[in-house]
Amino acid sequence: MNDTLANTEKKTAYILTLPAVLLVFAIILFPIFANVWISFKEVELKDIRIPEPRAKKIVKSISEETSKIKILYKLRNSSLIQEIRDVSFQDNFPKNFEIVNLDPRCDYNNYNLKCEFGNWPAKYRENFQVIFETNDGSKIDKKKLKSIKPKLDGKSDNILLNTNFTLKNFKKVLFDNEFIDLLLTTFYYTFFGTVGSIIFGILTAQMVNQKFYGRTFMRSVLLFPYVAPVVALAYTWELLLDPNSGTLNSLLINYQIIETPINLLGQKYIEISVLGFDFKLRLALTTVIMFEIWRYFPLAFLFILARLQAIPKELYEAADVDGASPFQKFFKITLPQITAVISILFMIRFIWNFNKFEDVFLLTGGASGTRTLPINVYQQGFAISDIGMGSAVSIVIVVLLLMFMFFYFKLLGKRVDEN
Amino acid sequence: MKIKNTILFSLIATFFLIFLVSIWKVLATLQGLTIKTFNIEIFFIIGFLISLFHLIFNDKIKPIYKSIIFSSLFVIFDGYLIQKLPVWYNVGTFLIIYFFVSKINKYNFTNLKEEHSTQVILFDFLTLFGILFFSFVILFPFYMMLVTSFKTQIALLVNPLDFSINFAQGLKGLFNSYFVIFKSYNFGKYIITSTIVSVGTVIITLLFAIPAAYAVARLNFFGKTFLSTSILIIYMFPAIVLVIPLYTIFSQLGLRNSIEGLLIVYTATTLPVAIYMLQGYFKSIPKELEEAAILDRLSWFGIITKIIIPLSIPAISSVALYVFMIAWNEFLFSLMFLDNPNSFTLSRAIQYLSGDAETPRQYLMAGSVIVTLPVLFIFVYFEKYLVSGLTAGSVKG
Repeated sequence: MNDTLANTEKKTAYILTLPAVLLVFAIILFPIFANVWISFKEVELKDIRIPEPRAKKIVKSISEETSKIKILYKLRNSSLIQEIRDVSFQDNFPKNFEIVNLDPRCDYNNYNLKCEFGNWPAKYRENFQVIFETNDGSKIDKKKLKSIKPKLDGKSDNILLNTNFTLKNFKKVLFDNEFIDLLLTTFYYTFFGTVGSIIFGILTAQMVNQKFYGRTFMRSVLLFPYVAPVVALAYTWELLLDPNSGTLNSLLINYQIIETPINLLGQKYIEISVLGFDFKLRLALTTVIMFEIWRYFPLAFLFILARLQAIPKELYEAADVDGASPFQKFFKITLPQITAVISILFMIRFIWNFNKFEDVFLLTGGASGTRTLPINVYQQGFAISDIGMGSAVSIVIVVLLLMFMFFYFKLLGKRVDEN
Repeated sequence: MKIKNTILFSLIATFFLIFLVSIWKVLATLQGLTIKTFNIEIFFIIGFLISLFHLIFNDKIKPIYKSIIFSSLFVIFDGYLIQKLPVWYNVGTFLIIYFFVSKINKYNFTNLKEEHSTQVILFDFLTLFGILFFSFVILFPFYMMLVTSFKTQIALLVNPLDFSINFAQGLKGLFNSYFVIFKSYNFGKYIITSTIVSVGTVIITLLFAIPAAYAVARLNFFGKTFLSTSILIIYMFPAIVLVIPLYTIFSQLGLRNSIEGLLIVYTATTLPVAIYMLQGYFKSIPKELEEAAILDRLSWFGIITKIIIPLSIPAISSVALYVFMIAWNEFLFSLMFLDNPNSFTLSRAIQYLSGDAETPRQYLMAGSVIVTLPVLFIFVYFEKYLVSGLTAGSVKG
């Protein structure tokens, strides 16, 4: 009895979880494996369209003969590179139609025209013509005739399914001069974006944790950048930073802080001299990181605030009795209490910043030194139309991510052991 | 010690005052006033003197009189002697100084003598500074978005610093950009597509997630722990690595440029977090209720619809709102899968609009306002539900 109960429970559980598991498998796990497959192939964007036989039906009346009609099919192979084999053709006609001339490749039975066109090479085109006559001499309805669509079928190779593999994509990705630069840019973007958003998160959480008028309002305002759509925010920032008529540059010029406008999103380097030392700052990248921090510090804020509110008040009261200063209280009590949250946040944000695509894409499109790995996936795959290369870059991202996760958990595991 | 603390207090207070006045000046400039300098040196001296005099005269004058005297002096000095500016600006300055003086009112020589007094003061002012600074930095872009959408092309070019709303042009002129994008850029259709996609994603996600979450929370089966841990790991996998395979598969299946394609992808990407959030809540429902139901010979379908769902309406609404926001804001997949304007979502439509350099900026901003408003509205209205969702499912984006 117990056994059957456990069995039905199992069965129920599988039925309940199956739809979700299947969908996630098909859309998330399968593509990750497919990526591996594609990354070893030479595939371009135009190759992935399956070649199709197509026909355009044109109905023409023959002058002075209302019972006769000419039908022209413009046949073609949709693909410019691949052939289609064993093309078959089918079209239906009204019940009073008789064929006048029959092409040797075709059969006309039961008012159904069937043809076997054989193999069509790439770019193949043919004008195929048939003439019909009504057997009762009635008038022909051209519109109705046109509304019947012919059916075509054919076999072709799917370039994705053959077994020609190459290492070319990975060679190109890894040994290209730009790869180091790409990695560094991605790393700067990820690291400073993560650290910045956590620092701002700590500051704002500390701030909102105090009592002041309008505190709940402040809490929702702080989350606005995180919940608003990225498209709207990126374009607003672009307007704000625009060198020609952007608000920020106009303000700075108005107050005579700068003389000529700075193209914050379009200039790769800016020279800064501090104490006699000349620095080259990656300007556009810094701006993009600023946007990143601005948009994602609310998440850190939310996490840290939740943690701060859970710290027992007694700790601070005891510190007050001991005469601790506000800064001592922050560094000795608050900070140790939030380290665990910060390390989780660091991992989450690091992974997500590492994969961030939309923000950089919308702000700079990857120009002026802001090309990160995810942007490169898009550029290789869709701008240069090299799907294989795009996939190879995706694989590099996945491998780096797995490495990062591995080290993170190893470090974290060590720390847990020590405590 | 006393002198050092006095000077430090005055310095901190002065810097805060300079910050307040500078923000006010920036805001005034953005309303169309011509203010060319901040006069930081002068404000530094004035602020320092105000703080010092405040400490010296602390008990001798009533706080209200003191605030009024200081503020009036400041306004006369700044507004009428240095720059000639309109009354509303000076009223604002008056209020700011009044606020400032009432803020420093609680400090006097006695509490300056206390231990750590300068640190306490610094902390207090930093908090105030932070509140103002972050409000400004966060709200300003949103304000800019809104105001730009109300402007005309000429007004934008003539003075890019003028951020006042010109009500004189009437409602029709004010909302002109909105009329245009609805009429000539088909935004009505995009709103409908976005709504269908987002609401559809919510419904399908819930249909799939509720049973799965129930199974993970309650039933014992082989592979349960594997399933519940892999949910989170899958969720960490980035969308960008899925894009190319999904693009090729969807191209070959003819699912690109279709709402169905988007629905499938959005559902799959939001399912893990929905299951994760829901199973956490389902676990908190007392088991006794279900045991009673099993005795009543209720099937699992009955248990879910008659017991679990009614009891977890708050969690389900939180998941629904969260998924809605993800789907509404989503950009990457809509960029990859949609290239026919007939099937655009709002985000994709705005991006498409910006691709044309000729598109006036006020149209772009009107589109941005349209795509942002529903999300902010939902967020502010349902904040309580959503914040718990954000913390639980925060791994997204």
